[in-house]
Amino acid sequence: MASAEETARAADRKDIRERWLLSAPALAIIFVAAIGPLFVMLAYSFMMKGDYGDVKPWTFSLDGWTSVLFQRDIFDDTLGLADAHLTILWRSIRLSFYTTLLTLIFGFPTAYFISTRAPTTREIWVFLVTIPFWTNLLIRTFAMQQVIRNEGLVNTALIWLGVIERPLQIMNTDVAILLGMVYVYLPLMVLPLYASMEKLDFRLVEAGYDLYASRWQVLRRIIFPLVKPGVIAGSILVFIPSLGAYVIPRVLGGGKNMMLGNLIELQFGSGRNWPLGAAISITLMVLVMIALLFYVRNVSKSETGHG
Amino acid sequence: MGCCVPETPGKNAIEVREVRKVFGAGEAQVVALETVSVSIRENEFFTLLGPSGCGKTTLLRLIAGFDFPTAGQIMLYGEDIAPLPPFKRPVNTVFQSYALFPHMSVAQNIGFGLEMLGKPKSEIKARVAEMLKLVRMEALANRRTSQISGGQQQRVALARALAPQPKVLLLDEPLSALDYKLRKEMQIELKRLQSETGITFIFVTHDQEEALTMSDRIAVMSSGKILQVGTPHDIYDRPAERFVADFIGETNFLKAEVVGQTNGRATVKLSSGVEIPASLPAGFSPAGKVTIVIRPEHAHLAGANDKASLSGVVENVVYLGTDTHFHLRLDDGDAFIVRQQNSRGGGDLVAQGSRAGILIGSDAAQVLKD
Repeated sequence: MASAEETARAADRKDIRERWLLSAPALAIIFVAAIGPLFVMLAYSFMMKGDYGDVKPWTFSLDGWTSVLFQRDIFDDTLGLADAHLTILWRSIRLSFYTTLLTLIFGFPTAYFISTRAPTTREIWVFLVTIPFWTNLLIRTFAMQQVIRNEGLVNTALIWLGVIERPLQIMNTDVAILLGMVYVYLPLMVLPLYASMEKLDFRLVEAGYDLYASRWQVLRRIIFPLVKPGVIAGSILVFIPSLGAYVIPRVLGGGKNMMLGNLIELQFGSGRNWPLGAAISITLMVLVMIALLFYVRNVSKSETGHG
Repeated sequence: MGCCVPETPGKNAIEVREVRKVFGAGEAQVVALETVSVSIRENEFFTLLGPSGCGKTTLLRLIAGFDFPTAGQIMLYGEDIAPLPPFKRPVNTVFQSYALFPHMSVAQNIGFGLEMLGKPKSEIKARVAEMLKLVRMEALANRRTSQISGGQQQRVALARALAPQPKVLLLDEPLSALDYKLRKEMQIELKRLQSETGITFIFVTHDQEEALTMSDRIAVMSSGKILQVGTPHDIYDRPAERFVADFIGETNFLKAEVVGQTNGRATVKLSSGVEIPASLPAGFSPAGKVTIVIRPEHAHLAGANDKASLSGVVENVVYLGTDTHFHLRLDDGDAFIVRQQNSRGGGDLVAQGSRAGILIGSDAAQVLKD
C-alpha cells in the first residue's frame, strides 16, 4: 500500500513539474512584457524627472505624484490644485460613464433583438455587429470625423434640409469624443449582453406576462435581473477602455479636450515629465482596478443569488 | 358534443367560438388549429387530450394570450378576450417547465402576480401564506427555486398561478416531468386544489389515464380538431370516432352491417351472422357497412352452454395478475381481445390453441362514425 501511495505521489509531483515547464514560456512573457514594465513605471513615478525627458536614476522624489493633483505657483511657489489635471480626470470619468450608459441604452435593445431571432439568423446578426472590428480604430475614428465635422455628412444634410443655417460645432468638443466612443465601443456592450440574453429562458418572460406584469415590468423585474451579469460585463468592457481612450479624444476632441490617455502621452512626449506620466498611468490603473473590483463583487453576488 | 349527457345548466367560463390558428405564411404555413368551438363550464375540470401536435397546447396558449387566433372569438364569461395581451386576462398558467423565476424566493414567486396587480403588501403577505399552506410548502418559503425538488417546484408553480385567484387556471402538461409515484400524488393534489378553490381548470395532457381519472369532461383532439367532448365515461364507453376509440384504452374493432335502427340504437349483423344491439353516435344514422368497437372487458369467453356471438381460436393468453387477456383470431381473420378478471380458484383457463366463443354484452357495442 505504502509503495503504491508513494508512486502515486511521485507521479503527482512529476505532473506538477511538467505543468510548470509547459506554462513557463507563457509565464515568462506575462512577467517580462506585462508585469515587469509595470514595476518600471512604479519606480519611475517615484524618481526625479530628467532635464530632457527620462528620469534621474535612483534619485527619489514625490514630485511626480504631487503634480498629479497639485501644481506649484510660478510666482510664489505655493502648492495649488492642478485644475487642468482635475478637469481632464473629471472629463475622463464623466465621458466614460456616459459612454457606458449610452452603449447600454443602445446595446440592450440590439442584443434583445438578436437573441429573439431564429437561431440561424442570430449568427448573421452577431457577425454584422463584429464587422467594425475589421477596420483599424484610427480609420474608424477618422471616418467618424467625416460624419461630424463642419463640412461633414450631418452638417451638410441639416443645412440642405434647412434645419440650421450655420454648421453645428461638434468637432473638438466633448460631444464629439462621446459620439466616437459610443460608436467604437458599442459592440463590446452588445456581445456580452447577447451572450447572457441568449441563455435567457423566454418562458420566464411568458410567465411574467401571465402574472399580470406589463412589458416594462417584465423588463425590469425579470429580464434585467436575469441578464445582469451581461450588463455588468458589458459595462466593464466599455468603461475601462473608455477611461484610457487615446486615439478618439486625440482625433475628435482636438488638442484642448484631453482625456487621461492624452495627458499621459503628453507627459512622456513634449511635456518631458516621465514621473508625472508614470504616476498618472498608475492612477488610471487604480481607477480601472476599482471598477473591476466592483464587477467581481457584483458577479459573485448574482451568481450565488442564482444558487 | 354532449351527446349522451344533457347539458347541465350553469354558466360557461370559457367559450371558444370558431377559433382558427395558422402559424407562418405562404408556403410554410401550418394550420395548428382548424376551426374549433368548445364551451368550458364554470368550476369544471376540463381536459384537452391528444397526441403531441394535435393543437391542444396551441388552444391553451390562445386562451392564455401568448398567441392570438387567426380567426374566431374566445369568450371569458361573455367577454371576448382574444385581442387582449396575457397580462390583461384574469387567467393564469401552470407551465410544463414550471417557469419559476430563478432570481426570486419561493414566496416572492408566489407573490409576484399579486404584486403586479398592485395589491397592498399586507394582503400579498397574507395571501402568500395562505397559498403556501394550500400547497403544503410553508417550511420552504424563503428557499430559492433551484434549491427545491421537482415536485416542490410543481407545487410552487401551482401556488403562484392560483395566488391571484384567476377565473380560469390553465395547466400545460404540468405532471409530465414528474416520476410515476409523484405524478399519482399530484393528480390527487390537483383534484383537491380544484375542489377547494372552485376555480375552473383547463388541463392539457397526452396521458389518457390522467385524463380519465381527473377530468369532469374531456375534449379529445387530433390534427387541429376536437373530435369528441364528453365525460370520461362517454369518451371511454361511447367513442364516436376511430381515433378516439383507439387513443383511449384498448379496443376491438369489428366490421359489421346495420340491419335496423330505433331511437339512436341500431341492430348490427356481425361477420358471424349473429345480430347484436349497438349504440349510435348522436345524430348519426348509418346504413350498410360500419365499424363497431367493443372494449375487451365488455366481452366474455362463452361457456359450454352459451350461444356465442363470435368464435375463434385462442392464440395467446396473457396473465396480468388482476386479469387475463385472451388474444383470439376470429373465424373471419380479425383479431379480438377479451379481458377477464381473475379470481382465486376461478376455475378453468382456456388453453392456448383451443377454440372459444365470445359473448358480447347487450350494451357493449358502439358504432363509429368512420
